[in-house]
Amino acid sequence: MNDVAYIVGAWVVGLGAIGIYSVRTLARGRSLSRMVPEHRRRWLTSDTDAAA
Amino acid sequence: MNETTGSTATTGSRATRVLGLACLVGLGILGVFAFGISPEDARIEEVSGETVGQGDLVRIMYVHVPMAILSYAFLSLCAVGSAMVLWRRSRWWDHVAHGAGEIGTLFCGITLVTGMIWGRPTWGTWWEWGDVRLVTTLVLFLLFVGYLSLRRVPGDPELVARRAAVVALLGVLMIPIVNRSVEWWENRTLHQQSTLTEMRIEDWTLFTLMLGFLVFTLVGAWMLVHRFRVAWLEGELERSGLDAAISERRAEALSGVEAAIARPGGGAGPAREVP
Repeated sequence: MNDVAYIVGAWVVGLGAIGIYSVRTLARGRSLSRMVPEHRRRWLTSDTDAAA
Repeated sequence: MNETTGSTATTGSRATRVLGLACLVGLGILGVFAFGISPEDARIEEVSGETVGQGDLVRIMYVHVPMAILSYAFLSLCAVGSAMVLWRRSRWWDHVAHGAGEIGTLFCGITLVTGMIWGRPTWGTWWEWGDVRLVTTLVLFLLFVGYLSLRRVPGDPELVARRAAVVALLGVLMIPIVNRSVEWWENRTLHQQSTLTEMRIEDWTLFTLMLGFLVFTLVGAWMLVHRFRVAWLEGELERSGLDAAISERRAEALSGVEAAIARPGGGAGPAREVP
């Protein structure tokens, strides 16, 4: 394969940027979730219903 | 502040976990096709008989092209959300607009960087200021960086949302210009004209490109759901803080009244001294 450094570099930049953004978003969500009461996190309604 | 702990303290749900798993599996399959099954780009010119094409550099296109198209899609969604903010003053749409704006800007940035990496071995330069596609994409990226910066300005959240919405609606006008620039100014670009809409690529290359669209669409959707929930939590936290402050103020006022009533003299307050 020719130009391996360019090809790998482009994929690393693309997936790396998406990965960093995703990890930061998840971490921010995790820290905020701890401060907000569970009943205000509406997406957990289905989990609660399933457990009930 | 109400503290809740436990394994459920995340922005995840069953649906996002399934979607996240689908994204990881999809990225793995895309990697197999992009680096293993898809051939290098080499075609024989009908007239000259020479072999032409991008060679192995076509593998960068499986990231670059989906990122470009999806950046248009997310920034357009940001504009739709912004229009709804102005029309309906909807907080829900404001969260959608903010999340889509962030993800669209990220994808636009990835498009620029992967394009530069592709351009260096292909054109012999990282950047060409005379290329209308490059410059208009950079302008689009900077417009939405401005949008995101405006969102961070402290102030009344509703006012900030409305101002940012106007910027998003102006910024999105760049998308057709970026997209059509290679046809409108065909002598002022190093970019080729559309190969996708005219189906000038085929077989495994086309399949891998379509797979790239599908996988990165799923990834973008997964990111948007989480980003929306983060924005929702920020709003809830702000409101619960406001509620707590109001309750505290009410309790203070109430205790003041009760103390005044309990005083001798029936709550009329201390008797004033008459000079």
